[in-house]
Formats: sequence, C-alpha cells, structure tokens
Amino acid sequence: MFPTPIEKRSQSRRIAYRICVPVALFVWLLPLLAIFMTSTRSAADINTGNMFGWPEEFLLIENYIAVFQQSKAATYFLNSIKITVPTVIISVALACLAGYALAIYRFRAALPLFFIFVAGNFVPFQILMVPVRDLSVQTGLYDTVAGLVLFHAAFQTGFCTLFMRNFIKALPFDLIESARIEGVGEFKIFWYVVLPLVRPAIAALSVLIFTFVWNDFFWATVLTQGEVSKPITAGVRALNGQFVSQWHLVSAASLMAAIPPVVMFFLMQRHFIAGLTLGAVK
Amino acid sequence: MQTKHSNGWLRANRQKIAPWVFLAPAMLFFTVYVIAPIFQSMWYSFYAWDGIGEKEWIGWGNYIELFDDDRFYVSLKNNVIWLLLYMLAVPAGLFVALFLNQNVWGMRFYKSMFFFPFVISQVVVGLIFTWFYNPNFGIVAVVWEFFGATPPSILGDERFVTYGIIFAGLWPQVAYCMILYLTGLNNVSTDQIEAGRLDGARGWRMLRYVILPQLWPATFLAIVVTVIGALRSFDMIAIMTQGGPYGSSNVLSYFMFEQALSEYGFRMGYGSSISVILFLIMMVFICYFLWVMYQEDRRG
Repeated sequence: MFPTPIEKRSQSRRIAYRICVPVALFVWLLPLLAIFMTSTRSAADINTGNMFGWPEEFLLIENYIAVFQQSKAATYFLNSIKITVPTVIISVALACLAGYALAIYRFRAALPLFFIFVAGNFVPFQILMVPVRDLSVQTGLYDTVAGLVLFHAAFQTGFCTLFMRNFIKALPFDLIESARIEGVGEFKIFWYVVLPLVRPAIAALSVLIFTFVWNDFFWATVLTQGEVSKPITAGVRALNGQFVSQWHLVSAASLMAAIPPVVMFFLMQRHFIAGLTLGAVK
Repeated sequence: MQTKHSNGWLRANRQKIAPWVFLAPAMLFFTVYVIAPIFQSMWYSFYAWDGIGEKEWIGWGNYIELFDDDRFYVSLKNNVIWLLLYMLAVPAGLFVALFLNQNVWGMRFYKSMFFFPFVISQVVVGLIFTWFYNPNFGIVAVVWEFFGATPPSILGDERFVTYGIIFAGLWPQVAYCMILYLTGLNNVSTDQIEAGRLDGARGWRMLRYVILPQLWPATFLAIVVTVIGALRSFDMIAIMTQGGPYGSSNVLSYFMFEQALSEYGFRMGYGSSISVILFLIMMVFICYFLWVMYQEDRRG
C-alpha cells in the first residue's frame, strides 16, 4: 500500500493524521455547510447580514415548505423525475444491445462504430444545439418532457455503449461459444446468457446516467421554455431570479435539487464508482 | 416458397446479420441526435439564419466575421486559461487521494464525503460560489474585512472573473480525479511496492518511479475527463456571470449560446460557426484519446 500505512508510523503521526482528516473534510465541505446553514436561517438573519454567524432561529422545515408554496419547485422536481427515469431505461437498454453486438461479433465495422460512439460522447454540446433544437421545434417536441428524454437517451447511449462493450468483452467468451454450439439463437444468448451477467454494469450505468441527466442544465435551457417541462436545475436558476436576495430560499431550493443524486450516490456507491472509472480501473 | 427461401438465407448468414439487428436502435438514435446534427451545424455555419425565416447562403462570411471578432479571441483565450488551470485538478486529485489512502477506521466515510461535490449539479456549485464571492456579504468579504482590506468584487472584475469561476469549477473536478486515483491506488501491486522499498525507494522517488507508472490508466482517464470538462464548461459561466462583465469571462461554448439563442439575438448561422471551431478544437483531443485507446485495445 502506498503511502505507508499510518499504523506503521509513530504515535504522534497517527494522532496528527486523525486530527487532520476531519479538519480537511470540514474545509472541503465548507461551501455545502454554509449553504445548509443558510437554508435554515430566517429572512431577518439575511437582512441583518448574519450570513455566517449562528442562526437567530432554525427554520429548516419552514423554509423548505416556503419554497414549495411560493414557487413551481414541485413541478420542476417532478419534471426532473419524468425526464431522468425514462432516459436511464432507454439509454441503458439500447447500450446493452449495441454493446453486445460490438463486443461479441467479429465484423469489420465493429471498431470504427465503437469509436464513433465514444467520440460522439465527447463532442461539445454546442455543435448539436441548433439542429437538435430545430428538430424538436419541427416535430413538436420542443418544450416537452419527451423531447428532453429522447435527446438525453440518444446522447447518453454513446457513453453507455462504451461502458457495456468493454464490460461484455471482459466476460468469458467460451460461454457464448458453447451456447452457439448447443444451437441457441443469437437473441436467446443475449437474453439468457449475457444479460444476467451484465447486471452490475446495468446498475453502474443507471446510477451514473441518472446523475448526469438529473444535473443537466444546458439542454434544459435549450429545449424548454416554460414551466411545463423545466427540470429542477433550470428551475433553480429561475428561482434564483424570483427570490432575489432571499438567500435562505435559494439555498433550500439548491439543496433540494442536489438531494436525489446524493441519495443515489450513497445508496449505490460501489456501482457509481465502478461506472465513473469506466470499469477500467477496478 | 419465397419466405422459406429467405429464411434459409437468414439462417446461413445469422452471424453476419445479428450484430446489425442489435445495433440498429442505438445507431438510429445516435445518428438522428448526435451524428447528423454535427454535419447540419457545419452546413448552417455557411448561412445567415435567424432560426425562423429563410436561410441565406453567405459562404465563409460567418468565419470571416468571427476571425475579426474581438469577443471570439477573448473567449478563445479564456478557453486556454480554463484548459491549463483545470488540469490542476489532476495533481490535486492525486494529492487528496494519497492523503486519504489509509485503512483507518471511518476512512470509507471520509472518502465518500470528499467525493460529495462531484455529485452535485454545477448549477448549485455555481450558485454557492456566486454567493461566496459576493463582496458585500460573501465569505470573501468576511475574510478580507478580517484583515482590514476592502474585499474585491471577484465576479465583477475583468481581471479576476475567469479565475474565480475556474476555482469554483475545480472543486467538483478535483473530487472526480481523486476518486479515479483512489481506485487506481487500490490496484497498485503490493509486490512492486515491497520490491521498491527493498531497493531503498521512499516517498517522492517511490511515487515517481513505482507508483505513478502503475497509475497510468487512472491518470489517462483523469486527463480525458478534465480536458473535456474544461472545454465544455458552460453551466458555471451561465449561472455565475453569463459571460460578463462585458464578455470578459466568455468561453466559446457560452459565446456560441449567447449568439445563437439568447436575448442578444438569434444568429444561428454565426453561432454554428463558433460551435464548429469549438468542435474542431475538441476533435484534436478526441482523436488523440481514441488513438491511445486504440493502441491499448490492440494490445489487450
């Protein structure tokens, strides 16, 4: 293990380390702590400039309720769910199929196609912006949840395919070979042999895509206009304009927007990290 | 007869047809929403177009205007600053990972808490830092006043604004690089470390000659995501400054958005030409990354 395990160091070093880690964490998360404290303050605190001192009174629940009552936060939140969940399902499903094809079959186009998926995943959003917006306007998908879902699903398919292909390629090929010799059909091999084995990859991709799409701001700005389909990220920005200098409410709304991905991360940490490291660095 | 015949052909060529059937849905989605738009944007970049009315062919007009536009060079310069400073996330992430790579009780908890900023939307990160940087009541104000100085308006000053946004952006990015390195460090072979220790390698030399080479996959991934992240930076700028003051914190991605789709006008053609330039810059990196991946794919 590198660096040298701290247990092998002197007593004083161990104690120093024990103190350093929580202090470092405190500094690291200071921005979050500050925003959390602010979200519990009263309007009076904000107005008198008591931004970092001890809050006059704790209004945690009151402030969060106020956000829901005074704004469309509930709609935004619901929209985010309606956008994120179908996107995850579609893109992971498409990637399972495509990843399987690219990993298992030997055909000349396999590698170029794989690289197109990978490259597409890295292109700047701006080069897609005008045509995708135009397409959405023309098909009546502009400013709808479905429009965002279709785009996100298509775009995330690139990353998901990259991940799935690498994952399936690492599976023992004999399994597929012997199933073929038994005369099992290609789709049945996919469904009964491969799919059960890629469950960890599906879990990893699901949490990751959920987070990516939940946190998307660019497409939410480009493809929505009103409140009907605006997700929470774009919503928080709208709230920021609405609650001018009501920082306690802006903070509460921001934290709310952050909760689902955070919960997702803590529940499925292992899968999340496996996804982020592309499964390459296990 | 006809069906039977084609059935036989299907059966014989099953191995050849199957991959295309599996690929079809993904390819359809990806072509419509990713591949085709790239070429459409290139096409639009030769037109003057407000997004609604008639398109007017102007050849290289948009590019000629762009190369004469000061705002373009400001954005380009800021993109370079972003790229260079954002790369600090890689060594910083390694540093944090080395600091946290211990097996003491509670370490798992600390590691996941350090990763926290990455999970949060950049919109939220941007809002937090906007508020921090506020010279009237932000943390900056508190710290500066504590030392008896007048707090600077970081986001309102052309000299500091880009650095201020990048600093905010580094917070989640360092967390990302850290997690890549933590998983990488988990994989470093103990034998080699022991062998290194026997050879008298310690501290810096050990890191340089034994550990870092083994961390290459993590480093490569960290560089890829950081470069792409730097060039894609949009959310933070949109939230914190909208490119201001006077366009001084613009980058190509935001400049393009501003030209094509905001209160400043609907210049879709001009916007497309900016996005093409950004695309070409990113393609240089993407091609390099793909080339490295291809080399590794051939070996593995």
